[in-house]
Amino acid sequence: MSMGFVFEGGRVVDPAAGVDDVRDVVVAGGLIAGPEAAEGAERIDARGLVIAPGLVDLHTHLREPGDEHKETVATGTRAAAVGGYTAVAAMANTQPVADNAAVIQAVRELAAAAGLCEVHPVGAITKGLQGEQLAEMGEMVEAGVRVFSDDGHPVPTARLLRNALLYVKAFGGEVVLAEHAEDASLVEGGHMHEGVLSAALGVAGRPAEAEEIVVARDLALARATGGRIHLCHLSSARSVELVRRAKSEGVRVTAEVTPHHLTFTDEDLHTYEANLKVNPPLRSAEDRDALRAGLADGTIDAIATDHAPHAIEEKEAEFDRAPPGTIGLETALGAILTELVHPGRLPLSRALEALSTVPARILGAGDHGGPIEPGRPANLVVFDPDHAWVVEPPFASKGRNTAFLGRPLRGRVTHTVFRGALVVAEGKPTR
Amino acid sequence: MNEHLLSMHDLSATDVTRILDTAESFREVGTRVIKKVPALRGRTVVNFFLENSTRTRISFELAAKRLSADVINFSAGGSSVAKGESLKDTALTLQAMGADAIVIRHSSSGSPLQLTRWVDAHVLNAGDGTHEHPTQGLLDLYTMREKLGRIEGLRVGIVGDVLHSRVARSLSFGLVKMGAEVTLVGPPTLIPPDVSAWGVQVSYDIDGVLPKLDVCYVLRVQRERQRLEYFPSVREYARLFGITRDRVALMPEGGLIMHPGPMNRGVEIDSDVADLPRSVIEEQVTNGIAVRMALLFLLLGGGKGETA
Amino acid sequence: MQPDDVRRALTRIAHEILERDKGAADLVLVGIADRGDDLARRLADEVRRIEGPEVPVGVLDITFYRDDIGMRADAPEVHETRIPFDVSGKVVVLVDDVLFTGRTIRSAMDALMDLGRPRKIQLAVLVDRGHRELPIRADFVGKNVPTGRADDVRVLVAELDGEDAVVVEGAR
Repeated sequence: MSMGFVFEGGRVVDPAAGVDDVRDVVVAGGLIAGPEAAEGAERIDARGLVIAPGLVDLHTHLREPGDEHKETVATGTRAAAVGGYTAVAAMANTQPVADNAAVIQAVRELAAAAGLCEVHPVGAITKGLQGEQLAEMGEMVEAGVRVFSDDGHPVPTARLLRNALLYVKAFGGEVVLAEHAEDASLVEGGHMHEGVLSAALGVAGRPAEAEEIVVARDLALARATGGRIHLCHLSSARSVELVRRAKSEGVRVTAEVTPHHLTFTDEDLHTYEANLKVNPPLRSAEDRDALRAGLADGTIDAIATDHAPHAIEEKEAEFDRAPPGTIGLETALGAILTELVHPGRLPLSRALEALSTVPARILGAGDHGGPIEPGRPANLVVFDPDHAWVVEPPFASKGRNTAFLGRPLRGRVTHTVFRGALVVAEGKPTR
Repeated sequence: MNEHLLSMHDLSATDVTRILDTAESFREVGTRVIKKVPALRGRTVVNFFLENSTRTRISFELAAKRLSADVINFSAGGSSVAKGESLKDTALTLQAMGADAIVIRHSSSGSPLQLTRWVDAHVLNAGDGTHEHPTQGLLDLYTMREKLGRIEGLRVGIVGDVLHSRVARSLSFGLVKMGAEVTLVGPPTLIPPDVSAWGVQVSYDIDGVLPKLDVCYVLRVQRERQRLEYFPSVREYARLFGITRDRVALMPEGGLIMHPGPMNRGVEIDSDVADLPRSVIEEQVTNGIAVRMALLFLLLGGGKGETA
Repeated sequence: MQPDDVRRALTRIAHEILERDKGAADLVLVGIADRGDDLARRLADEVRRIEGPEVPVGVLDITFYRDDIGMRADAPEVHETRIPFDVSGKVVVLVDDVLFTGRTIRSAMDALMDLGRPRKIQLAVLVDRGHRELPIRADFVGKNVPTGRADDVRVLVAELDGEDAVVVEGAR
């Protein structure tokens, strides 16, 4: 075994341990080590850099199996590593759908072969994501699945979701059902937030109430069943308010928000920019500000990317024909630092908690999210919070469809340590 | 003027006046025995129509030909677009053919704007999805000015399916720009949920609005909207919002009835109303050619991208 | 030229037209917009004063016939064309303020041909400043004014400009 390495003089921000301090971090034998192991270790000058627990994404589309022209597990996990992620939750909308243990296992094996990032496959709630019949969740739980989701659509009927929430109680209290909250009948044919701009652009809308209706329904069902609901990529101010109240009443709910919903508004779509076409849609400035506030006060637990790669020709189609989604793994940290941390809207420790510690806990990724203490698995991100750069290709992801294209960001990953190995150094993948 | 015409928002009030004035000269050309001038000799205008519209295509074709431009019609049916080629690939093909202007009609809102990212040609929006149809809006402005002598201060009601109407958008934006007062009238399900930025009034009571109108602009109402739950039946739509002879009688003397065509007689407009003298629907068509000549002339008649 | 010079020149041209064309029968005047049309109306007044008959006057805009469309930053401004009579078989005297390169006259002749088949087209100008680029010559000239290629020659007419004058400004 190598002698390991030591980051010297970096600012360690470890939300799990409540630490924000300049100190050396030693990595040896795959673990965080004590100062005694620093002797003979490779020295990495980390002055001016921040060292934090590796980021954890609750919402990544790796596309494999089935849509390898958009992304593969290998390219997606490489993008994750470049973005500072050491664990990601891979969404179930692959072909075939991850609605059985065999697909779950296959994705795990692809991830192990790539060796860049831990992949936690998300299982489908219903067979084939069809919203009709429950998938065999018990088998998938045995295969290690912790989060289930029909992402892209909510479970269509209250009855089916109620049964799903009840059913998974048999597997312990930690299983989570993650919901994409948009009422299908209200968003059918819609491509952007319904408002002043959609009316002027002549684009059919996806109104905010489509989300709020499903959020309200899901919260009622979580309350009634005692089950755990996770609400994906919240976008509306009223949704945040609904979650805030439900939490105060003890409902077992967690929620995530994406960097793009925290950054952009529907106004940014005035040129029909397909890279800003996402579901749920970018909404008003008031909504965005409520999301920022909800993230700061903990109503929204986590930041998730909804990394959704598409082939370039798919996004170069007409606006209403372009598929929704933006890639996000490589820009999430930079975007959060630029939009929220540097302007003083969010403390760095809270940002890292929402990017790492909390999602690790929701996902049951025990090796991730900190604390950074001797004996813990070494999964770390190291970044230069002041590095200025502009988002442009090439990307590690196969997708080039980023909402942040051409945008200047401040803050970039320099090193990613995955299971004690430097998978990214000097901002570049090492393998 | 802007180098493209994508939306009414691309034009200033001065631009609109210049377009209408220029169109007046082309109206005169249209009365000659030889209705053709050499202004755009050697230029190539591509009619890129990905959605059926014989009327608009013929109008543009005639306009370009009367300016002596070469015209190519590129329609969806027989083209590579139908075979799955992307909009960008097709755009690059048109670019390679040396098109000086591309007139695009497309069912997707925003596609003319996308086209400008890939081609050097001037792009004219001939109707995109439910977004805009600026040349229709301009010919309607022309017709109002011709018949009523002005646009500023006119009271115009736009009646019907505003939500899905690109004509309603272009016309509203144009009328408001020129100082007219616009009232959108229709069932609330067919008025966009948020028109607060348009500078228009909204009413659900056609009989209350008609006595105050100089122009009643009737939009086409598609029967399929009934299936999509926007209103209970064509019969009820016609009863509540259809422009009948009785309703026309509510309008002030000299008020105009306009319609962008094609009409659904018996739905949004009664047959005998469409044939009244105050209906200027045929004139709209004639004026369309002159307005499109003016637009092609003004866009192609200047050098590209070197406007001070 | 001063207002009196302009008036005397127009009177002389009216006499010359009548002399050359042996009276006012079949005579029509077509001014090239703008300013040429004002001069054409004045010539018609002179003809009436000398001979009596009313000579039809039209105004012709040559913009759509220009040979430099698309070569300048902005599209040229369009004026009105109004020729309320048939030009076929007529002696058409084109009237313009300044004859320079000859390109405007070439455009005007093309435009006129599209409107009918005149028996004869003649050209009357208030000022000939030289520097022709086409083989075109005026039949009736108010005054030959030697100019530099880049000089600016402007004819002012009372109808548009408040006074009659011809102003030559050297190139700067």
